[in-house]
Amino acid sequence: MSPHIMTDPTPHAAPPHPAQTPEKPVWTLEGDTSAPRLVLRGTWSVQDGGMTPFPTDGLAQAQSHGTLTFDSQGVSGWDSAFIAFLWDVKQAASHAGLQFDPRGLPASAQRLLALLPDAPAPNKAADRKKPPLLERVGDKSLNVLNETGTVTELALETAQGACKTLTGKSGMRLKDLANDIWNAGPSALLIVGVVNFLVGAILAFVGLVELRRFAAEIYVANLVGIACAREISAIMTAIVMAGRTGGAYAARISTMLGNEEIDALQVFGIPVSSYILLPSILSLGLMMPLLYIYGTLIAIFGGFVVSVSMMDISPLGYLNTTFEGVSLTEFVFGFVKSFFFASFIALAACRVGLRAGRSAADVGIAATRAVVIGIVGVIAMDAIFAVMATVLGI
Amino acid sequence: MNAPDTIISVRDLGLSFGPKVIQQNVSFDLKRGSIFAVMGGSGCGKSTLLKSMIGLLRPTAGQILVGQEDYWAQNDKRRTEINHRFGVLFQSAALWSSMTVGENVALPMEMFTPLPPDVIRRLVELKLGFVGMEQAIDLMPSEISGGMRKRAGLARAIALDPDILFFDEPSAGLDPITSARLDDLILTLRDGLGATIVIVSHELPSLFAIADDGIFLDAKTHKPIARGAPRDLRDHCTIPEVMAFMNRQAEISPTDETKG
Repeated sequence: MSPHIMTDPTPHAAPPHPAQTPEKPVWTLEGDTSAPRLVLRGTWSVQDGGMTPFPTDGLAQAQSHGTLTFDSQGVSGWDSAFIAFLWDVKQAASHAGLQFDPRGLPASAQRLLALLPDAPAPNKAADRKKPPLLERVGDKSLNVLNETGTVTELALETAQGACKTLTGKSGMRLKDLANDIWNAGPSALLIVGVVNFLVGAILAFVGLVELRRFAAEIYVANLVGIACAREISAIMTAIVMAGRTGGAYAARISTMLGNEEIDALQVFGIPVSSYILLPSILSLGLMMPLLYIYGTLIAIFGGFVVSVSMMDISPLGYLNTTFEGVSLTEFVFGFVKSFFFASFIALAACRVGLRAGRSAADVGIAATRAVVIGIVGVIAMDAIFAVMATVLGI
Repeated sequence: MNAPDTIISVRDLGLSFGPKVIQQNVSFDLKRGSIFAVMGGSGCGKSTLLKSMIGLLRPTAGQILVGQEDYWAQNDKRRTEINHRFGVLFQSAALWSSMTVGENVALPMEMFTPLPPDVIRRLVELKLGFVGMEQAIDLMPSEISGGMRKRAGLARAIALDPDILFFDEPSAGLDPITSARLDDLILTLRDGLGATIVIVSHELPSLFAIADDGIFLDAKTHKPIARGAPRDLRDHCTIPEVMAFMNRQAEISPTDETKG
């Protein structure tokens, strides 16, 4: 029987090494088909390009029930690359029905090799293929209905809790409420102020340029006053708060979920609604209308600064026109809207947080989702309010 | 002066958070190929010592010599290079949650080696194969159990073929069988990879089984009070704190026969 000799079909050129050129890894299959012997030589190192694959059918000619032995006398150095190659050999041997006798290998390589299975189990890749369109649509619809129900339930629970708070039986800790009120109110004054000031100033500037053509510059006061009181301050404040507080609520609650804090509350029987949701939603609901009033005044002040510096009008005259032009109903309308915006933002953020997964990536997703839902929802609600106001003639 | 087989030597290390002293006068030599245990009760600063050895917390006094280099005297770039010799298994495995298990193991190789993707893929399969996780390569960390996460963390720790492995509470939160298997795995990897291991733990059975050197940190005096292999400390140490630590467990441990 002629000896079966085979050399490595894909020789790997080792990159030049500054200190010494390592011998490139070479394998040859010797011996007859019943007792093949794999002779290994060279340096098998990942860094020096020693990742040599062993063909899956490399032992196909060998008879089954034979024994594969090794000769590693010529191996001058090795690391993971060597083990990766030997694992391939081990799998090929198991496939060809050969006994695998690793005794000719370095002792530590034998130990590592013993950890590796003959035939790796197939990947347990999670089933991530998309279901058919109809199934997805149905799934989404059911989800939307389910969510609507859950959010309504949460809203009712919170409203109930708020009523109980008035009688002092809600189970909410006043310290949490005070903390949340501070975060949702006073600490947001600066950003709400800056945004509204600039918006008021921009409105006045654009208004002045346009109205000057009709010699109607004085109506800038009405323009800024009405636009801000009725729409813009309410929306800008809501958008700022959706990004600031809504995102924070979602991130906080989803992190609590990841730390099993929510589970701990549930085990104690502390209702999540009164411990987390009520202070969050209540504080934003209480604070945002006030922030809205503050924002409107700042916006009017922004318009005032631009107008007084750009046109011939006495500061007093501008303020007079504003007070005459902007009726109290505009403020009431904006105030009521702000309350609804705030409740929506807080409720949506809490719900998104409670639904989130438990990993760091999920916290990011929850915060993003809460902000997006908050902003889109606020603008959609504002459109509904505008239609209702037109119909009712407010 | 370092003995030639010393891989890390810690000299008079002091650790503190502001005015609060955690440990002081910590000195020991880590011998190549040994499994070194950092022991002590909760809150004695075991994990803090580990953090200062892997570059997360600057010590307030003393030196850590890695080879001949003073680790904390190097600039950030050089320290990162030294860190490539380290593999760390964190207490909660600390797998990056937005990546699959395979990507977790592959990331250090992608960042720090010029290897082509197919070679990286084979190496990832190999490292996961060592810990018996090759079938979970495409799963997300949230889809696997705590013990599997630990093993995946171990596969990530050995991704760059480090010569020093740091384990922070490797068997915390694992059942005894999984924990014993992990001990075997640690021993096999030490022998197979030729790595040196530093292990922070108060799991006594596991320490007795695998550690061959160690240091005992005391929470009250903020100093190390005993040196030696946990087995020897258990059998021969007469310091009351160390005896209490070893004995309290030994009373309920089935490996009690060796006690006098």
